[in-house]
Amino acid sequence: MSSSRLDRFDIYINGVGGQGIGMLSELIVRAIDHSGQVVRGADTHGLAQRGGMVVSHIRKGKDTYSPLIGKKNAQLAVSLERHEAMRAIAEQQLEEGGVLIYYDAVWQPLGVRLGNTPQLSNNDLEDAAERCNLMLIRVFQEDLPDARMQNVILLAEIAARVLVPGVSLEHYERAMEDLMEGALLERNSKLFRSHVRRQSGDN
Amino acid sequence: MKRLEEMLLTREAGSEIMIGNTAVVRAMIESGVKVVTSYPGSPTPEIAQAIMSVPADRNPLHFQFSVNEKVATEVAFGASINGHLSCVFFKSVGLNVASDTFVQLSLMELIGGMVVMIGDDPGANSSQNEQDNRHYALMSYTPVFEPSTPQEAYAMFKEATRISKEMKMPIILRLTTHVCHAKERVAFGTWSPEETDSKSRFDVDNGPYIPITSVSLKMKRRALEKLESFRDYSEDSALNRIVDNHSNKGIISSGTAFLSLMDCVLEMDEKPDILKLGITNPLPKELIESFLRNHSEVKVLEELDQVIEQQVKSLAYDRRTKTRIIGKEHIDDFIGEYLPDKVREIISRTWPGTVEPSHEAPSSVEIPARPAQMCPGCGHRSAFFAVKSALKKIDITVADIGCYTLGAFEPYNLGQVLLCMGHCSGTGSGLSLFNDERRVVAFIGDSTLFHAGLPGIINAVYNNHKMTLIVMENGTTAMTGHQDHPGSGSSVRGPATKISIRKLLDALGVAFIKEVDTYQQTKLKKLVEDALGFDGFSVVIARHPCMLKFTREQRRKLKTMPKPVRVGSKCDRRYVCVKRFACPTFQRGEDGSVWVQEDLCIGDRSCMQTCPVDAIIPSE
Ligand SMILES: Cc1ncc(C[n+]2csc(CCOP(=O)(O)OP(=O)(O)O)c2C)c(N)n1
Repeated sequence: MSSSRLDRFDIYINGVGGQGIGMLSELIVRAIDHSGQVVRGADTHGLAQRGGMVVSHIRKGKDTYSPLIGKKNAQLAVSLERHEAMRAIAEQQLEEGGVLIYYDAVWQPLGVRLGNTPQLSNNDLEDAAERCNLMLIRVFQEDLPDARMQNVILLAEIAARVLVPGVSLEHYERAMEDLMEGALLERNSKLFRSHVRRQSGDN
Repeated sequence: MKRLEEMLLTREAGSEIMIGNTAVVRAMIESGVKVVTSYPGSPTPEIAQAIMSVPADRNPLHFQFSVNEKVATEVAFGASINGHLSCVFFKSVGLNVASDTFVQLSLMELIGGMVVMIGDDPGANSSQNEQDNRHYALMSYTPVFEPSTPQEAYAMFKEATRISKEMKMPIILRLTTHVCHAKERVAFGTWSPEETDSKSRFDVDNGPYIPITSVSLKMKRRALEKLESFRDYSEDSALNRIVDNHSNKGIISSGTAFLSLMDCVLEMDEKPDILKLGITNPLPKELIESFLRNHSEVKVLEELDQVIEQQVKSLAYDRRTKTRIIGKEHIDDFIGEYLPDKVREIISRTWPGTVEPSHEAPSSVEIPARPAQMCPGCGHRSAFFAVKSALKKIDITVADIGCYTLGAFEPYNLGQVLLCMGHCSGTGSGLSLFNDERRVVAFIGDSTLFHAGLPGIINAVYNNHKMTLIVMENGTTAMTGHQDHPGSGSSVRGPATKISIRKLLDALGVAFIKEVDTYQQTKLKKLVEDALGFDGFSVVIARHPCMLKFTREQRRKLKTMPKPVRVGSKCDRRYVCVKRFACPTFQRGEDGSVWVQEDLCIGDRSCMQTCPVDAIIPSE
């Protein structure tokens, strides 16, 4: 059986410890669940410190067993940092034609800070994405008051562009209500909606 | 907002998205577990987090972090022989620490029942090895339940408590990292709380409980008899099941390897049959024999060691089956997690042409590694920066396990050898023998000191070893997620007796003890120099609260946080802050300048003293 006929959509998420990957991943998992589709996944966070890599796998659809995604399997990759976006490409997480959406934050890896290797530019990323036949989406919001909201901006982009099939705005909002309350929920919902509007206006 | 506490305590059956570590806590509550003990370690800390989401006064589970895994096992054992259902959980290597106690359990009549829940870590995602703890099960005659998913972890926990109580024997629930952290919708049952029961049921007549000389052999016989009747149960248990694809090829598998296999099988035209074992000790011999007889070839697809394979082969020999049995063929087959790609590789090698080998091609894209880092403001960083300046290149540094292990890596390179938790004073003592030139310095965290560090320290005092121990006291068990320990002054139940490390070392007769806050780098350097000059065992307590924990608590309490530092015009690009102090907040501009990543800086200012030209300044 060809794998393309299977009911399966794999999402690979990565970033740096402390960027709120856990929350972003849980929001997407719950949004998929609210859409009535089967979902499973796993966070991999060997050493939980700030500054190490954090990865989360999400698998949607009935034809999935392992919570972890095989190489070149993901249809969508979400990165919270520029170097980690490149890592998703280097590690061949995406299938050909897959979509890589990233928030353009820069937290320099150790090698860059030690001066052993240069910082990556957005051009480097565009070149690599083109060579590997991936669709690249850069996300950045200049006036963001708190870096801990970058994950919600990414979520809004994913929602507005319907990057996860069958999952709509309402499902994402219900996921936010599952996981947040009070002022935090208000702040993030507002940011989410305004970014969705902004995005839809742009297109 | 959905609250964990509400889900854990609801009387009604339901379902919720959760990780394996949470699912087992719902199972504990439904099955009437009374006492739960642990020592923190990945991949299990979220079990404790879930338990602690319910305040102690309405928590049906009496939970504690014990000082180490051995004591945790003993506390759970004591509760069980007193008639109260108990559970101890810890990470893979925790079983090594607990083993002296653990191997005795099956000899005992555990009248209350007891589940030993282990978080094994194939792939060594967060451990110093990937040991296969099923070996301990074999040597101690202990049954093993092995779930593949959070839903199974929930169901197997409940079944384990039922059987353990009935047969008064310990049962291992062997979780692995990606069962603990896998997430899915888990269906759970009803819960009817039991009356509080403070009755002591310990009775020597239930025993014997003193395994001495010939009595111990009688106890062993009873353990073996129990194991055989458990095997009968396992023959008919639905936890072992066959996925029937009407093939003459078969595969025996378990755990998460089974899930990877199912993913692989989806893409195969000729699908093999699968015997999925949920109980991996003792093996159901009749079931396996009939599976062998019904297939011409059987592959044993098993993560880590050949525990199932060797038993299946031995059974095939005894029962004279003709089936070709294919086990591990390469050293690679013993190493690492059986992730979907690895399993695909193995199946395509076992039966060429049935499935495409792994998709991965050599990568053309280069990317710098991102190793784990000490957090901004971490007191350990200040300590390493200062200690390094007190040492000579030839001196020997001994690491131990905790956040401070990260001192072993670039750019500090302090810590050249590591075995396991608490080893450093013993290893350091040995390194100091027949060694006149190279001074020996070891680092130990506070939780590690209480856990397994004391015997090594006592030995160094008693045998008068010349070495220096630096106690990296941050008041918490940081690496595993900030659990309290005997030196932190609080416990799961609130304020607790705080055991002073200083007084403890004093009482042990350590003749040189100095204390300093690690942010006082000049003083720390001086104290380390003095300690190195001391003729005997010397200790420097290098103290600073864990700043990740501190900052999180401050964020909750305060509206405004300290401002980040900035790099002023005095900077003449010596790069001490980026290259040697190496706080991740300092970043390099393309033009060679240094800038502060404000999303990371916590405004602790421990960096300011490290700049030789005072270019790091507070922003006002
Ligand atoms: C036998 C064993 N149990 C548990 C662990 C998991 N573990 C890793 S580091 C650590 C403790 C670290 O605490 P501490 O010594 O206070 O150092 P910190 O991380 O706070 O710097 C633990 C429990 C382990 N590696 N081995």
